[in-house]
Formats: sequence, structure tokens, C-alpha cells
Amino acid sequence: MLHLALFTIFGAVAVAGAVNLLVQRHPINSALSLIAVMASLSVEYLLLGAEFVAAVQVIVYAGAIMVLFVFVIMLLNAGEEELTRGSRVAILVGIPGVLIGAVLIAWTLVQHSGTGEVAIGALPGRPETIGWLLFHDFLLPFEVTSILVLIAIMGAVVLAGRPVPTSQQPRKEA
Amino acid sequence: MLSITTFVIVSIIKSVIAILLLLTAVAYTVWLERKVVGHIQNRWGPTRVGPFGLLQPLADGLKFILKEDLTPPHVYKPLYIAAPMIAVIFAITSISLIPIGNWVSIAGIHTPLEITDVNIGLLIILGITSMGVYGVALAGWSSNSKYSLLGGLRASAQMVSYEISLGLSLVGVLIMAGSFSLRTIVDAQGGTFWGFIPRWNVFHGQEVAFFVYLMSAFAETNRVPFDLPEAETELVAGYHTEYSAMKFAMFFMAEYANMITVACLATLLFLGGWHGPLFGPPLLQGILPVFWFVLKVFCFLFLYIWVRGTLPRFRYDQLMAFAWKFLFPLAVANLAITGLIVALRS
Amino acid sequence: MAQYFTGTDYLLSLPVVLLTLFALGILLIDLMLPKQLKWVNAVTAFAGVLFATAGVWRIQAVYAKGAGGYLGRFAFMQSMLVDRFAIYFFYLFLAGTALAILISVRYLEIENEHHGEFYALMLLSVVGMMCMAAGYDIVLIFIGLELMAISTYVLVGFLRRDRRSNEAALKYLLLGAFSSGIFAYGLSLFYGLTGSTNLRAIGNALQHQMMVRNGHADPVAVLALITTATGLLFKIAAVPFHQWAPDAYEGAPTSITGFMSVAVKAAAWAMLLRILVFGLYPLRSVYLPLIIFVSIATMTGANLAALTQNNLKRLLAYSSIAHVGYMLLGLVALASVDYTQPAFYDGFKGILLYLMVYTFMNLGAFAVITSLRNREVIGDEIDDIAGLYFRAPTEAIMMLIFLLSLAGIPPLAGFYGKYFIFLSLIESKHYVLASLAVLYAVFGLYYYMRIANSMLMREPLEKELLPLSWGMRAALGVTAVATVFIGIFPNWFIEAVNWSLGLTQATPIAGLMK
Repeated sequence: MLHLALFTIFGAVAVAGAVNLLVQRHPINSALSLIAVMASLSVEYLLLGAEFVAAVQVIVYAGAIMVLFVFVIMLLNAGEEELTRGSRVAILVGIPGVLIGAVLIAWTLVQHSGTGEVAIGALPGRPETIGWLLFHDFLLPFEVTSILVLIAIMGAVVLAGRPVPTSQQPRKEA
Repeated sequence: MLSITTFVIVSIIKSVIAILLLLTAVAYTVWLERKVVGHIQNRWGPTRVGPFGLLQPLADGLKFILKEDLTPPHVYKPLYIAAPMIAVIFAITSISLIPIGNWVSIAGIHTPLEITDVNIGLLIILGITSMGVYGVALAGWSSNSKYSLLGGLRASAQMVSYEISLGLSLVGVLIMAGSFSLRTIVDAQGGTFWGFIPRWNVFHGQEVAFFVYLMSAFAETNRVPFDLPEAETELVAGYHTEYSAMKFAMFFMAEYANMITVACLATLLFLGGWHGPLFGPPLLQGILPVFWFVLKVFCFLFLYIWVRGTLPRFRYDQLMAFAWKFLFPLAVANLAITGLIVALRS
Repeated sequence: MAQYFTGTDYLLSLPVVLLTLFALGILLIDLMLPKQLKWVNAVTAFAGVLFATAGVWRIQAVYAKGAGGYLGRFAFMQSMLVDRFAIYFFYLFLAGTALAILISVRYLEIENEHHGEFYALMLLSVVGMMCMAAGYDIVLIFIGLELMAISTYVLVGFLRRDRRSNEAALKYLLLGAFSSGIFAYGLSLFYGLTGSTNLRAIGNALQHQMMVRNGHADPVAVLALITTATGLLFKIAAVPFHQWAPDAYEGAPTSITGFMSVAVKAAAWAMLLRILVFGLYPLRSVYLPLIIFVSIATMTGANLAALTQNNLKRLLAYSSIAHVGYMLLGLVALASVDYTQPAFYDGFKGILLYLMVYTFMNLGAFAVITSLRNREVIGDEIDDIAGLYFRAPTEAIMMLIFLLSLAGIPPLAGFYGKYFIFLSLIESKHYVLASLAVLYAVFGLYYYMRIANSMLMREPLEKELLPLSWGMRAALGVTAVATVFIGIFPNWFIEAVNWSLGLTQATPIAGLMK
């Protein structure tokens, strides 16, 4: 009972945060709303018994990635977003579109998923289980992920880390 | 098992006690710092209010509350107000998962000496402390002042960088204990080698990890010699330049609360938690673990202050190079070697 | 009791490991190389590809013998399946990469962007491709996809001085990340629906659900299928998910455009076939109409758009989208019949053969365009190729061969790809689609001939002869010979495709005579 109430409350917070993210004009407010979404998602994971995922969600998303987001927004000192004609059209088309999409997906999932009930904590969520899965069942994807991270770093270094070379001769403009 | 009602009541009581204890500890850490730094610099420190200046924290608190709360005109108000609260809330929350002693039974209620015992306690503490950076970053940005912004940027870059080596230095300990639960980690450090050296992690193969943890902890809490975010010679007061009165006090409290959390964690993870020699009558035996714990935390805090009174400040590029080029590889090496040894031994 | 990994697992991952090691080696060696010696990186990368090929050869020799069926071995707790299908694609990726390395060396020197990371990223993207082709677990497939995609984003933006290159990389990144998100959403729904990330388990569970529901698909499965298919169709650049392709192809370094149009595309196809045919086969009645619609849209949109292009890279981008449309027809054929029918295998064979043929002829065409780049000229406008015959006659003839082959003129390789696809369409009784495809093939002839016309009939804008590097000559030679050779002796290659599908019956090239 307590679980259900908490689950609903944090679900509502997550949705509200997501909506606020879109409504806010200032990028830093949007970023903070996203943090709220991440944090409430993590509580949802915790309530579902996935302790490890919950903690990692906070540490990685809210604690590391979003910090960099905020950092970049602060560095760029991005101002308020301005409404253009394009964005007005996007609002007119987008809001009904999103509503219809959300209702459709929700309806499909609620009406037709043949899911049953599972007691909290019955599913694997303990760190030991996750460790076993990562280093045994999913060893190869896990190792490939390390290459993926390496590539991301390399990409950043290649594209941003070196001074742009000047060509010896000017190029013909396309 | 406790019934829901007793559970809630016990939890509330424990929370209140924990918060009161923490705030008192924060206040007296400040006093301790002023006193010790004073003696290091060959002066007395606070002496006027109460015996040995012991009532000084009260006077300071009163002053902060009564002071005029200035809000500079160009700040981004919602975040300017929220930032100190964020900082202090996360700083205080993390204490709730720190166990300060074994289980106790009072009036038939058997309960651990912490607000709640979670089996991934350490991860949650790391998560909460990693959120604390927002307070500093947002304060710097929303103040709309160049010193604040620079301080905020420095703080967030520094905290994100040192968080990595901090986290990695803990993994060795986790591997030795095989658990994320702080209680299990402490239990794994019971006993002695050859009857006199305690089996604390710091004497048990994790010396390097402790060193890395110590360095990262100083940087995480923005303390000397890594207090670049509030370097008064370059940035006035860094991210809290534009803050005054209670809002400023909140940052102050957050910083000291973070120091205490870090000291508690060091005690739990490396210094054997509440383990120590037990003797005397049963009542004394019940109190002694808590005493040992507090003593170790005190020593760690004293180290903080001692360092502050002794060392000069780093330059910012040195600070970053130290994190990424020295501490991080060292932590990884420690992790690899610990993992190898544990794997070979089992 | 826990299973541990054995030598088999490690042998099957040998090509992947070798490529990774060589890529890391390039990164380290690059630091020590002076500017004039950067070509050593290309040699190292080429050696890496050769070693990986040897590794694939070794796997083939040890595990993929025997006749019939999709023989293969699982590795790493069934997350990887190295079967003949995967081995076939391994060879394709490696061939495409080797050729792309050959044509890159001189180009990068001219662009003054000769860095080791270029080759390292190329090799690592092949690692991703291999994970996509051999992945039997959606986690591995997805990570492989991201590995390939992120390396490609960086490679597209490698010319940092060039505004077009930057813009292309950004567009590709944004749209690619968005489509990956949709794709991952679909995959997560499948996981939620079936409780497994293994393709076989997903397929079995879906089969079971279809049976329980009297042949009707679960609406959640349909939702998952649509989102997954959207991601897949984006990656192969089918209309209406193709908008990124012309921009990315135009802005990328030309050798990378070639690489993207063959190896990256082949990998996307391998993933599409793995997921739609191996995993989601029970849902084929659901995705068939979708694929029919997309293939018609793709052929129409791409062929019409290609008619008016004046930029060679853009034109070939639209042409490559059009080819995707033809290949999708093969998927239509194989999805509309049972796997016991010949149309199933002919469609499958058509796609695989098409991809092989396409690797050579398209990369050849891009090699010619790459060679047009020199110090003063970007060389990707249709005017730049004018009078190529008078500047480099051999190259012009080769280009003509590639163009004719792309158009599908009979004695050349391109014809056989189209042939099997049309055959499978007729076998599966899609007569309208077959005639539509033939009609569009004629459209294609027009724009390919526009390039040929400019190349052979017009006066050159610049008189001096075109210098060709050794790598370029080797690449052009290999691609031209392959294009002609496959056209004249198709049987060997059809047998190779049959082998990859585990077919043992005689090559139905005799079907031509029927």
C-alpha cells in the first residue's frame, strides 16, 4: 500500500518534471527538471526492488551527466529560448501529436500486455546478480562497451581537441 | 520485525537525533577549526564567549539569523534561493545511512545505530553526495557575478573529476568485503593481526586506496589545499561571494557536514568503524564502540584542520593534472592489484 | 552450475579482438610518427584487416564446415552467433574496409588531415559491424550498432576545416542518435514482452504468443515491431527515413562516403536481416505491408531525386538509397512466403549477392570521385568529372563499367543482384512490384548515363593528367576486375552466397533458361 502510494507519487513527479522540461524556456530550468525526472525514476527503480540500478541511475545520470549539462549551459550562458514561427507550428502540431501517441502507447500497454504481478524484490536487482550478468552472461557486450567509450573519447579529441589546420591553399567554395 | 507504527516512530526519533547530533557536530567542528588553526598560527582563537570560547558557535548562529538578508539585484532568484538549500539538504541527507555503532536494544526494540540499514548504503551515499555539486554550481551561476561563476565552474569540474578517483578508491574495499553494506564492510574489519595490529583496511592492503581516498576527499569537500572554488586571493569568496546571512551559513553548514560525512566514511571503510578494544562493565562495553567511532572521526577531522593550517593552495591546472594523471591511474592500479589478489586467494 | 568460457568463445571473437588490438596499436604508433610517415598508419590498418581476414578464415576452417542448415557456433553465453551468414558479412566488411583504406591515403594527405585516428576509427567501426552481423543478443547488436555509428559520425566530420563536413556530422549525429533511441525503445519493448534479450528466445516467445492468439499479433508486439523497424530502416537509409543520407554522404570525406555506402550499409543490412528474419520471423505478416510501402517509396523517392542532382556524391547517395529500395524488394519476397519456398531463398540470396556486388561497384565509383580531388579542386561536382576520358582514359573506362554495373546492365555484376531479386518477386507472385522495379531501373540508367555523358562527351575543364597514387590504382583495379569478373563468372559467387545460407542445391542460374 505504502509502496503503491510512493510509486504513484514519484511517477507523477517524473511526468511533471518531463512536462516542465518542455515548458520551461530557460535551458537551466529544463536541465534541472531533467534531474528531477532522473531522481524520481531512480526512486521508482528502488521501489521495484532494483536497488543497484537505482543507485547507479542517481550516480551516473543525476550526479555526473547532468552536472556536465549544467556545466555546459553555465559556460555558454545560454539565454532564454525564443519562439520562432517554426516552433509555434511545432507546438500546434506537436502537442496533439504527443497526446495521441502517449494515449495510444499507454492504451496498448495497459490493455494488451499479458503481464502478471510480481512481488517486490522477487526479480534480480541485487548488485551480486547484476555483477554476474555483466561479467558472465553479457561479458562480450560489456567489453564492447568499453571500446564504445574509448571511441567517444577519441571522437571528442579528434573533433575538438586539436587546433584546426589551415590549408596551404584556399579551397573552392562549394 | 517491528510493526509499521513502531518502525515509523523509531525512525522519526532516530532522524531527529541524527540531525541534532550532526548540526551540533558541524557547529563544534567550526569551533575546533578556529581554535586549532589559531594555535597553529600562535594565537588563541575564540576565547570570549563562554569558557574556551565554547559558546562561540551559538553566538555565530545568532548573528547569521539576525543579519540582514541581502539579495543582489541581478541574480536569477529561484535558483539563487534554491542553491544553498540544495547544498545543505544533500549534505545532511547523506548522514542518514552512516552507522555509528552496532545494533542496540532499548525497551525491547532492537534497532541499528543509524537511521536505516540498506544493503547498498555506500552507493546511495555516493549518489547523494554527487548531487551536492548542484548547490555549488547553481549558486555560482545564479549569482550572475564573474567570481561566483568561476567559483561554481571550478567547483563542479573539480568535484566531478575527483569523484572518479574517490569512487575507484572505494572499490578495493568493496572487493575485500564483498558487499556494499557499510555494516558488512565494518564487520569484515574485526579482529587483529598477531594480536595487536587491528585488521582495519588501512593496514590490510588498502594503504594506497586510503591515500587516494584522502586526497579525493579533500578535493570533494573543497578544502585546503584544494579549495580553488573559494580561493579568496583570486575569486573573492568563489561561489558564495554574493550570499549573506542565513544563505551563506547554509553553504558553511553544508561544507562542514560534508567533511563529517567524509570523515565517517573514512572511518567505516578504512579505519575499522566502531572496532576497538572493549573492556569494563556491560554498559561501558555498549558505549565504547560509539566512542571509538567518534574518536576516529575526530582524528580525521583534526587532520583536515591540521592540513588547512599547514599547506598552501594548489594551482588549478595542477589540481586537475593531479586528479587525472596521478590519482586516477593510481586508483585503477590499486583496484586491479586488489582484484587480482582477492581472485588468487579464493 | 555456472558455465565458463572456453577456447571456442575466444577463437570466435578472434577477428574482433585482432581489429581492436590493431586499432589501439595505430593510436599508439601514431604518436611517434612524424608528419611525412603517416602512411605507416594506413599500412598498419591494412595489416589489421588482413590479420582479421585470416582470423575469419581460421574460424571458417575450424567451425563452419559441414553441409546444410545455418551451421554456426554460439559464443559468450549465446550473445554471439558466428554462422556462415555472419562469416559472409565479415568478409564483406573487411573487403570494403580494405578498399576504403587504399583510397584514403592520398586523399587525407591532400586534405591535410592525415591522422592515425582515422584508421583506428575505421577498424573499430568494423568491430561494431561484426558485432551487428554476429550478434544474437539484442544487447550486443545494439552496442555494435552504436560502436559503428559513433565511429562513423566522427569520420564524417573528420575534415574540420570544411563547413560541409561539420554540418554533415552534426546532422548525422542528431538524426542517428534519435533513430537509435527509437530502435532501443522497440528492443526494450520486445524484452519486456518476451523476457529475454536473445533473438531465438524472442522469436520463440513471439511464435508462442501468435499461436495463443490464433495468428493475431499482440498489439504491444506490433508497437515494438514498428519502432524497431523504424530504427532499422533509418540505418539502411530507406525513404522516408533517408534525409540524413544525402547530406552525410556529401559532407563526409569522399573515401568515407564510399566506406559508408558499402560497409556501413552492409552492416545495417546484416542487422536488419538478423532481427527481422532470424528473430522476428513470426511477425512477418505484420511487417510485410510496411516493407512493401517503404520499398516503393524508396525506389520512387530516390530515383526521382537523383534525376536532378549536380553533385556527384549527392547523386550517388540517392542512387544508393534507390539500391536499398531494390534490396528491400528481396525482403518483401522472402517475408511473403514460407521458408520452405524457393522465393524465400532467392530473395535472401538476392540481397546478399546484391550487397557483395554493390561493395565493389559502388566503392569503385567512389574511388574515381576521390581521385578527382586535388589541391585546388574538391572534385565532387558533375562538372569536375567532365572530359575525364581525355585526362585519364583508363579511369574513365573503369568508371563507365561501374556506372553500367550500378544501372544493372547484363554482362556486369550489378545485373545478378537485381536478377535474383526480381526472380524472387516473380516466384512470390508480386508481379506489380516486379514491373515497377524494372521501370525504376530504367530511370536509374538515365542519371548514370548523365555522368557517363559528362565524362566521355564533354570537354575537360582542366587539361592536365590526373595523378593516381598506388593505393588508388590497386583499389580501382580490384573493384573493376571484381565487377567484370562477377558479371562473367557469376556461378562462383552465387555458390558463395548459397554456402552462406547453408544451401546445397545446384545454383539456380539455370533458371534463366526456363
